[in-house]
Amino acid sequence: MPAKLVAANIEKSFASASGRLRVIAGIDLSIADGEFVAIVGPSGCGKTTLLNIMAGFEHPDRGHVTIDGRARSRPSAKGIVISQQGSVFPWLTVQQNLTFGLNGHHVDKGALARHYAKLVGLTGFENGYPYELSGGMLKRAELARALIVKPEILFMDEPLSALDALTSLQMRAELRRILAEERHTCVLITHDVEEAIQLADRIIVLSQRPATIQAVFAVPFEHPRKLAHPDLIELKAAILREFGL
Amino acid sequence: MPSKLKQVVAPLAIVTLIVAAWWIAVLATNTPIFPTPLQVATAALGLVREGTLWDHVGASLFRVGAGFLLAIAVGIPLGLLMGWVRGAFIALNPIVQILRPISPIAWIPLAILWFGVGDVSPIFLIFLASVFPTIVQTAAGVHTIDRRYLWAAENFGVSRYKLFIQVVIPAVLPQIIVGSRISLGVAWLVVVAAEMIALHSGLGYLIIDSRNAGNRYDLVVAGMVMIGITGLLLDSTMRRLERLPIVRWRYAR
Repeated sequence: MPAKLVAANIEKSFASASGRLRVIAGIDLSIADGEFVAIVGPSGCGKTTLLNIMAGFEHPDRGHVTIDGRARSRPSAKGIVISQQGSVFPWLTVQQNLTFGLNGHHVDKGALARHYAKLVGLTGFENGYPYELSGGMLKRAELARALIVKPEILFMDEPLSALDALTSLQMRAELRRILAEERHTCVLITHDVEEAIQLADRIIVLSQRPATIQAVFAVPFEHPRKLAHPDLIELKAAILREFGL
Repeated sequence: MPSKLKQVVAPLAIVTLIVAAWWIAVLATNTPIFPTPLQVATAALGLVREGTLWDHVGASLFRVGAGFLLAIAVGIPLGLLMGWVRGAFIALNPIVQILRPISPIAWIPLAILWFGVGDVSPIFLIFLASVFPTIVQTAAGVHTIDRRYLWAAENFGVSRYKLFIQVVIPAVLPQIIVGSRISLGVAWLVVVAAEMIALHSGLGYLIIDSRNAGNRYDLVVAGMVMIGITGLLLDSTMRRLERLPIVRWRYAR
């Protein structure tokens, strides 16, 4: 399979009050086209920094990121970030948010917006403002705003961790359903091992800061996955052992 | 509707209490010069009958309106520029901070020198008083735009124009409205000082003239009360802007 995204020898440190703080100490990563990779690691280990580097928002001190073999130095609509706090514009209606990223001459932005609103289950909410939506609905809106520009890669930074437990589980299933309809390469940052197991094709476990790749697990199970299945329980135990649990 | 009733009854009770205290104090001290509330009301009614009260209010509103609108027209673009372009902030912020604390009253001699005694001088003074809060609030608004929104816009690769129209301006709008409210408040606050050099109209002129032309303290206080009531109406008008759908996100929750 051809590599969609390659992160080669990434190193990053930040200036802090007590000198340089090394955040990432050499990460090599190759993600195949259409693959769903989850990156899990202890909190504060540099997961988000790694994602920001891959998405082009931050620059590594050393190493480089390529997408389709071409160096990436700045963000683009090829890879859209969906973050924990969310970035749906609160001053635009849901409809205006959905069509925000459509830059070119689109025949019918309204029809596109309707299609994606339907895909994520937002039909009927298009004319509302984001502050009228629940947390789960906001996530759907953000997902639709990203999908409508047909990004090749979805960068998800703990997208579900600000939701309540039940909504988070629902959105997990929704995400799988939507991705079955629209094929994307996905990078998911999470600290929720079960979330990673249920969604990803491959799970990468990062070490404590400065982050390196500590272990890699393949998740070769069919969807939908039942967490109670013995294989999944065993995989979860193996991943948790990496965290010393 | 008990809470709505409370909203009217409670402030009214406070006002009644203050007026009562004022009345009792005037009667108790037997002052020959300070007016009772009734005398003030009579004086105000007299002005209404002459038709001059509305002329004074209208003249003041015109000057404050003109000065305020000028301040908005200059202050909002300047604030956006200073907030968005770092070089502009570095270049302009010191001079803004130097001019800002100079009271409009200190400008009166220069205003007379430059613009003479007429409508332009008070408008200039009101402009000076209200332009700085607008600049400062607008620039601060740009500086505090949540980075995630700017990143999202950058992620979608939108044009600079779209970035400004659909992200920066709406993100700052609540702050601009707050800045405008402060500006209009300050503009109305300095109307008396600004109208010290007005020819023969305006609430400020009424107050100064009533004092100079025979110690008419009933008219002085009537002018003060009119300033207060008009200020209240202006502020509640500005507050309505906070309910616009495009800025509701800032105040909801």
